[in-house]
Amino acid sequence: MAQVTSPPEPAEVVSPAPARRYSSDAAGLGRLRAGAFVAPALALIAVFLVFPALWVIYLGLTNYRLTGVAAAEPQFVGLDNFVKALTDPEFWDSTWLTFQFVLGSAVIGQVVLGFTLAWMLKDRRGTLKSVVEGLVILAWILPSAVVSFLWVALLDRDAGTLNALLGIPGFAWLLDYPMLSIIIFNTWRGTAFSMMLYGAALGNVPPSHLESARLAGASGWQQLRDVVFPHIRGHILTNLLLISLWTFNDFSPFLLTAGGPDGKSEVLAVHVYKVALQNGDLGYGAAISTVILLINLVVAVFYLRLLRSKK
Amino acid sequence: MAAIELRGLTKVYPGGVKALDSLDLTVPDGEFFALLGPSGCGKTTLLRTIAGLETATGGAVVIGGRDVTGVQPGGRDIAMVFQDYALFPHMDVSDNIAYPLRIKKVAKAARHAKAAEVGARLGLEQLMDRRPGQLSGGQQQRVALARVMATQAQAFLFDEPLSNLDARLRLEARTFLKKLQRELGVTTVFVTHDQAEALAMADRMAVMEAGHIRQIGTPAEVFQRPANTFVAGFIGSTPMNLLDAVVRGDTLEVAGCKVPVPASARGLLTDGEKLVYGVRPEYMTYSAQPADGSLAGDVVILENLGASHLVTLDVDDVLVQAVVPEGHEPALGERGHAVPRADRALVYRDGELVSA
Amino acid sequence: MTRTWAGRIGFYTLIAVLLAFFTIPLLWLAAAPFTSDPSYEVRMPDFTFENFQTIIEHPYALWSLVNSLILAIGTALLVVVLSALAAYALSRVRIPGRDALLYALLLLSSIITGTAAMVPLFQLAIELNLIDSHTGLILIMTGGLLPAAIFMIKDFMDATPKSYEESARVFGASPLQIVRHVVTPVVRPGLATIAVWTIANVWGNFLMPFLLLSDVEKQPAAVIMYTLYTEGGQANLKVLSTFGLLYSVPVVLMYLFVSKKYGFRFHGGIKR
Repeated sequence: MAQVTSPPEPAEVVSPAPARRYSSDAAGLGRLRAGAFVAPALALIAVFLVFPALWVIYLGLTNYRLTGVAAAEPQFVGLDNFVKALTDPEFWDSTWLTFQFVLGSAVIGQVVLGFTLAWMLKDRRGTLKSVVEGLVILAWILPSAVVSFLWVALLDRDAGTLNALLGIPGFAWLLDYPMLSIIIFNTWRGTAFSMMLYGAALGNVPPSHLESARLAGASGWQQLRDVVFPHIRGHILTNLLLISLWTFNDFSPFLLTAGGPDGKSEVLAVHVYKVALQNGDLGYGAAISTVILLINLVVAVFYLRLLRSKK
Repeated sequence: MAAIELRGLTKVYPGGVKALDSLDLTVPDGEFFALLGPSGCGKTTLLRTIAGLETATGGAVVIGGRDVTGVQPGGRDIAMVFQDYALFPHMDVSDNIAYPLRIKKVAKAARHAKAAEVGARLGLEQLMDRRPGQLSGGQQQRVALARVMATQAQAFLFDEPLSNLDARLRLEARTFLKKLQRELGVTTVFVTHDQAEALAMADRMAVMEAGHIRQIGTPAEVFQRPANTFVAGFIGSTPMNLLDAVVRGDTLEVAGCKVPVPASARGLLTDGEKLVYGVRPEYMTYSAQPADGSLAGDVVILENLGASHLVTLDVDDVLVQAVVPEGHEPALGERGHAVPRADRALVYRDGELVSA
Repeated sequence: MTRTWAGRIGFYTLIAVLLAFFTIPLLWLAAAPFTSDPSYEVRMPDFTFENFQTIIEHPYALWSLVNSLILAIGTALLVVVLSALAAYALSRVRIPGRDALLYALLLLSSIITGTAAMVPLFQLAIELNLIDSHTGLILIMTGGLLPAAIFMIKDFMDATPKSYEESARVFGASPLQIVRHVVTPVVRPGLATIAVWTIANVWGNFLMPFLLLSDVEKQPAAVIMYTLYTEGGQANLKVLSTFGLLYSVPVVLMYLFVSKKYGFRFHGGIKR
């Protein structure tokens, strides 16, 4: 047994201190091994993500083409491609269509619908909630090639279900209203994300705040304005930035209208594809890609700032 | 079994924070030793440095006569119980207890036999197939203890072993842990922020503050003769009375009253010197009648401690506390007199105990 | 009293409209595969399984599902292994410049999309001779998904107490033993999440295989589906409906599996 107050016996030291340092992270991994763990992932990211992003900037400064003389020996043309884009009405048309697409389907469609659904289902449990949520999420998770065709079938001029329901056979949605079609389509497709995000956000509004507002006699709208919105302001902004970014880069309109008819639904994502890979003008396509990249960068930096300020 | 010896141990974190400042400490073989201090004092860093989870910036850690300062944690022949017990959630109790033996490449049958033996000793027989998530806090703690016992290491390190238990269970576990350590006789260092826990369990203890050891001693020594005002204020469930005093010949003037110079400081003080006079409420005798060398004041607060009362007197605007046994508690507002026990009163000069 | 009634009627009307909006487009996929001689219009199915015969006879349809599977599994394996290794190191070791690296990764993954990078990726695939190669496509998709995957899995790792590893370490386990015995089992739900997320992403991806695979025998279901309904002439609705259904079912099953097992957890919403 330990003798409580005995003076400590001097210890014989066997080996002198080896001054070796070893890693003091939790697993004793050490920086070298840690580096080896990170390296393969970074290598793939560098080659297949970072390098293409840099190369697109370079390609945008050349007259590179898919075929012909300029394919073999591309020339450096400076900012010609960018000048061409800025003076090309097709580019501006496409940009304007993209703006309509993002504003209509993401900022208005998905946000309003997503919030409405989240708000309506907030205090519900049971079948109705799971059925509605399940269907909205189904629209989101099915492969885009499948849902695109489902909408082609739905909107078909002669035999489509929509015209049959509305009693307007022969109404050519995709030909006469291509933008409206892809906006409604993308609203349908993407609402799930906003619904889930707002659902989570509303779950974080303290019930006591809502109760005290209700005790004070606030109406449904006043509760929304005075209690709910101030609480979820951050979520709304996050949601807006993310879905705008995704919608801006969404290629699925191609699957529905392929940009047509006559370029009337040719958003930038589709425009790049047509210019670069169908017409073979890689240099010009790369210049437009650079513009897309820059717009993405602005939105993303804004978003990351927001994330940081929240922390 | 082995003694643990620290020589000039220093730990400086990147960024220059000095968590341990040249500590010297020896824990003899078989001792149950407590590292006590407020949060951030460096006690956990010290324990982790002994374990090797933090590398020392300077100095040496010697375990069982072997300098292990540069040795990986796994090579130090120690075992540790973490504050959250760190039981692996995907392994059942038996696998958890046997894990250290698995690392030592003990055959499966042998290590499970050992796990069963140790588990039985701690009353875990019925729980060997459960996952940690299905156990209560007390059971988890015993599994963690069984796991370190299975290692048969030279020394055990416990990081706040009781802090994850609820208050009632904690007292039980305290007794259990002390008994277990006695039986095993393995050198054990444990960290706690709870002074009552340290006093109750440890053979000896170190009180730490800001990377320094402020006092080493048995619980009785630390409780009765705190080496400085920091320890005096930190130890004890009711804080020690620390009162400004001036030396007047062979008496001290405290809050307008005169008390005798404590036995321990006799002959060491100079007349007119300003000091701090310290006496625990437990070492005060309360009486309603005036007495020699007492601190007299009005009873302003009465706190029930169960079998006794804590009485607070307002002595010339200075608050003085005394513990009064059950049945003798005064009335609020009454004039009272608290007489310090001369052999337990202490004097501090510049924060340090004045003593021969 | 009247107000609550009006409120209820309003609520259920709105729910009914929204339900119809989200259901009607999906009806065709549920009905047409089981209808003999399906048209674009949704009709009550007569529950025939004849249409599935056509899909078996189709030269590319079933193979394209196999191709989708190869691409999805291959990418998922790479993404899970590489992101787990990287995330573990980044979570546990203070590598110099770690925070900047993480910030850069997050930024890159959100701005370099298929749309923005299709031109150089196409070029790169030509230069590296990766056109019409499943391996090439897997590498390219892995590169695109890794940053987000590293982020998600790092969340899991950060949430795992370090004391598990430290405890194993004090018992003498080597770093690789710690990873094998302790870390991997503990973060398994995270790894499963990443695997499912990757598979769902690759399974539905249209642009990349459309861009990089021209050999119809190598194309995955997404591209074949598109070809089936844009090819000249009258689309074969028997093939389209059954193929669409077969192509969709795995996604739905996976969703049900995940939401049942882990409760559809919400991950900062990284989907594409």
